[in-house]
Amino acid sequence: MNGKYDVLVIGGGNAALCAAISARRGGASVLVLEGAPKFYRGGNTRHTRNMRCAHDAATEILTGPYTEEEFWKDLLLVTGGQTDEELARHMIRESKDILNWIVEQGVRWQPSLGGTLSLGRTNSFFLGGGRAMLNALYLTAEALGVDIEYDAEVTDLVIEDGMFLAARVKRPIEGATEIRATSLVAAAGGFEANIEWLKQYWGEAADNFLIRGTPYNRGSILKMLLDKGVQEVGDPTQCHAVAIDARAPKFDGGIITRHDSVVFGIVVNKHAQRFYDEGEDIWPKRYAIWGRLVAAQPDQIAYIIFDSTVVTSFMPTLFPPIAGATVAELAGKLTLDSAALEKTITDFNAAVRPGTFDHTILDDCVTEGITPPKTHWARRIETPPYLAYPVRPGITFTYLGTRVTKEARMLMKDGRLAANMFAAGEIMAGNVLGKGYAAGMGMTIGSVFGRIAGREAAKHARN
Amino acid sequence: MHGTRILEETDRLMTVCNSCRYCEGLCAVFPAMEMRRAFSDGDLNYLANLCHSCGACYVDCQFSPPHEFNVNVPQTLAVARAESYAAYAWPRALSGAFARNGLVISVVAALSMAVFILGFAAFNDRAALFGIHTGPGAFYKLMPHNAMAVLFSAAFLYAILALVLSVRAFWRDIGEPIRGRADGGSIFQAIRDAGELRYLHGGGVGCYNEDDKPTDRRKLYHHLTFYGFLLCFAATSVATLYHYLLAREAPYPWWDLPVVLGTLGGIGLVVGPVGLFLAKVKRDPALLDEERYGMDVGFIAMLFLTGVTGLALLVLRETSAMGPLLALHLGAVFALFITMPYGKFVHGIYRFAALVRYAQERRDAG
Ligand SMILES: Cc1cc2nc3c(=O)[nH]c(=O)nc-3n(C[C@H](O)[C@H](O)[C@H](O)COP(=O)(O)OP(=O)(O)OC[C@H]3O[C@@H](n4cnc5c(N)ncnc54)[C@H](O)[C@@H]3O)c2cc1C
Ligand code: SF4
Ligand code: SF4
Repeated sequence: MNGKYDVLVIGGGNAALCAAISARRGGASVLVLEGAPKFYRGGNTRHTRNMRCAHDAATEILTGPYTEEEFWKDLLLVTGGQTDEELARHMIRESKDILNWIVEQGVRWQPSLGGTLSLGRTNSFFLGGGRAMLNALYLTAEALGVDIEYDAEVTDLVIEDGMFLAARVKRPIEGATEIRATSLVAAAGGFEANIEWLKQYWGEAADNFLIRGTPYNRGSILKMLLDKGVQEVGDPTQCHAVAIDARAPKFDGGIITRHDSVVFGIVVNKHAQRFYDEGEDIWPKRYAIWGRLVAAQPDQIAYIIFDSTVVTSFMPTLFPPIAGATVAELAGKLTLDSAALEKTITDFNAAVRPGTFDHTILDDCVTEGITPPKTHWARRIETPPYLAYPVRPGITFTYLGTRVTKEARMLMKDGRLAANMFAAGEIMAGNVLGKGYAAGMGMTIGSVFGRIAGREAAKHARN
Repeated sequence: MHGTRILEETDRLMTVCNSCRYCEGLCAVFPAMEMRRAFSDGDLNYLANLCHSCGACYVDCQFSPPHEFNVNVPQTLAVARAESYAAYAWPRALSGAFARNGLVISVVAALSMAVFILGFAAFNDRAALFGIHTGPGAFYKLMPHNAMAVLFSAAFLYAILALVLSVRAFWRDIGEPIRGRADGGSIFQAIRDAGELRYLHGGGVGCYNEDDKPTDRRKLYHHLTFYGFLLCFAATSVATLYHYLLAREAPYPWWDLPVVLGTLGGIGLVVGPVGLFLAKVKRDPALLDEERYGMDVGFIAMLFLTGVTGLALLVLRETSAMGPLLALHLGAVFALFITMPYGKFVHGIYRFAALVRYAQERRDAG
C-alpha cells in the first residue's frame, strides 16, 4: 500500500470489485480493502448463483426476451411499490449492458441450465457459481493494477461535512493505519451478520435467526456512514429471509440449506399447528415469504411435514428428512405433541378435495373447510414413512441502507450531495428494494451501481 | 454404508454438491451426479473416474476448507479413484501393488529386465554386448528377434488380459441402471472427449495448478505424453509388420516410418512426462492424492525412461553403447508392460470406460 489513492473501495464482493474495475478502467489508482481473510473474500457474493438482467432477445444463455418493462413490473410486484422508480428504472436500463460488461471482466455464463430453478428466461447463471465469478473479477482487477488487501477491516471513517478524508484500517499484523483517498466507494454489504443490531428491530427472536451468508457483513460501514450524516433509506425490519434447515450452521451455510418442499406438504409450528397457506404461490414467491412467517412463530421454529410419496419431487437436500413410521413416532422425534400433530394431519387430510396435481402451475388441488386453507397442491399426507424438515428463518440480506442518486453518489441528511462518497450493492439495496425480493436482483444492484460508483468516483478523483 | 472410508466421504460430498449444483457446468461429474439421488459404491467409483482433476470445483466452491462443510471434491475423488483401481484389479491378489511404491517397483522391474537381457547377451556372446553393430538385424546380435518377440508378446498379452478383466469388473459395477453394452455412438463420443481431454478445462479456462490462476499447461503435457505413447506404439506396430510382412529387419534408417514415428513419439514421451512431473511437484497439495504420489511418479518415470532410452538408442545405435542402451530400453518397455495393469496407466482406461458410460447416460436422458 503506497501513498494516497484516487479511489478507496471498502468491501470485497461483487459491488466492490465492479466498482474497483470500473474506477481503474477510468484511469484512477484504486485500493480495495476487504475485511475478510482471502478465502472468505467476497462476502455474500460467494454464495450467489445468478443475476437478473433485462434483454430484448433470447441469447445463448437466456431462453427469451425479458424487457425493461417486464422487469419493472416484476420489481413493482415484489416491492408492492416500495421502490425509487427513477433509480429502479435506471438500474433496469443499465442491467442490459451489464450482461455483456460483466463478461468483458472475465466472468463466464453457464450455457444451458441443468434444471435447478426455472429462471432460464430472466436470469443468467454464473458458470461455477458466485465464487467462480468473484475469482474472475479478482484476477481481472489484479491484472489491471488494482491493489487489494485482505484481513483489512475498516474500523473508522474520517468524514467532514459530507466529504470523505480517510479510513482507519485494522490489520492483524501492522495494527491500525490511516488511509487517505480522493473518493470513497462503500460496498461493504448489509448488517445481517450483526445479531445485536438485528435485535434492535426483532427483539430476542433474532437469537434464533440463522445467517445464510458471510459472518463479515456486520454493517459497521453502514453504521458509520449513517452516524456521520448520510441519509438513510429503507425499513430496518425489511430483509430477504427464507426458511432454511434448522440444522444449518449459524453463519455461512449458503444455498444448500434451503428447502423447496413447502408446496408438497404442510408446515406446522412448535404446537403442531398450521399457520399459513402452503399453497399460496409458486416459486420464487413462496420461497421468499417463509423466512418471515417462521420468524413470527413461537421460538422461531417450524416443521415442513410430508410423506414418502413426494421425496423425489424436490431438490435433494443436504440434511436428510427426519422420518417416522407413524405420525406419533415422527412427532416424538420432532418433540411435538403427538396428539396435536395427529389431529392437524387428520383434519388436513379430511379437508383435501380431489384435483389434478401439477406443481408447475397454480393447480386445482385445494382444501375445504379448514383455516388456514391450502389453496393449491393440497394432497393427503398418508403414506408412511412420514417425513419432516425442521426450519428456521434464514436471513439473506438487509435493506436498510444509504440513500444514493442515479450516479451512486450518497445523499446527506440535509439533502445535499456527498462530495466524494459513493455506495453500491447491499449497502444501498434499500433504494430499489423497499421490501420483497426477486431472484437475482442482489447481483444486479451490485454490478450496476458498482460499475457506476467506480466510474463516478474515478471521475471525481481525476477532476 | 459404503465399503471404504473414502467412499463414505465421497458420498457425503456428492450429497452436498447435489443440493448445491453450482458446479454443474464445469465437467461431466456434476451432471452425472444430478442423475442420481443416492449413490452406490459403483456410482461413486464411476463419478471418481469421470473426474479429470482439473481443480476448478475446488477453487470455485464456497464450501472448500477452511469452511466447516469441508468440500474438497478433486482430492476426495482422486483418492477414491486410486482406490477404485485396486478394488477392480485382476487378479485380486495383485491389487496391493497399487498401494506399494510404484516408482520403486517399476524401476526395479526395468533394471532387472535390463540386467536379464545383458546377462542373456553376455552368456551367448560376450563380444556382442559391447560390440559395434550396424545394418539390418544389428539389434538381434544382443538377443534374437524371436526371443524378444516371445518375451514381449507374453508381457503385453498379460497386461491386456489383466486390464480387460479389471475394466470388465468396473464396467459391471458402474452400469447398474443403464444399458449393459457399450454402443458405437457412445464409444465414439468418449473417444472424442478423451482425445481432447474435454473435461480438463475447468469449465473453459484451463486447469488449476499451483494457485488460483488457471492454465492449459497440464493439458498440453498430457497430450504430449498420451500422443507420444500412441506414436511409439504405432512405431512398434509398423516395425512388427515390416519384420513379418516385408522381412525388413530393424534398425531402420532415420527417415523410415517406424523411426520417424518413434522419434516424434519419443520426444513426446520425454517432454510430456517431465512437464507433468514438474506440474505435479508445484501443484497445490490440497488438490493431490499425496499417498499415491509414488504410483503416479512411477508411471511418469517409466514413460520418461522409455522415451529417453529410445531416443538415446537412435542417436548412439552405431556405437558400442548400443548394447547396454538397448537392454535398458527393452527393460523399461518390459517394466511398463507388466506394471501397466497395476499402476497409473489404468487411469486412462477407467476414465475412458466412465466417459462411455456418461455418453450413454446422456443419450438415454435425451
Ligand atoms: C445463500 C445466498 C444466496 C444468494 N444468491 C443470490 C443469487 O443467486 N443472485 C443474487 O443476485 N443474489 C443472491 N444473493 C444475494 C447477494 O449475495 C447479495 O445481494 C450480494 O452479494 C451483495 O453484494 P455486495 O458486494 O453488496 O456485498 P457482499 O458480497 O456481501 O460483500 C460485502 C463485503 O464487504 C466486506 N466488509 C464488510 N464490512 C467491512 C469492513 N468494515 N471493512 C472491510 N470490508 C468489509 C465483507 O467482507 C464482504 O466482502 C444470495 C445471498 C445469499 C446469502
Ligand atoms: S464443489 Fe462446492 S460449489 Fe461445486 S457443487 Fe459441490 S458444493 Fe457446490
Ligand atoms: S473434473 Fe474438475 S471440476 Fe470436475 S470434479 Fe474433477 S476437479 Fe472438479
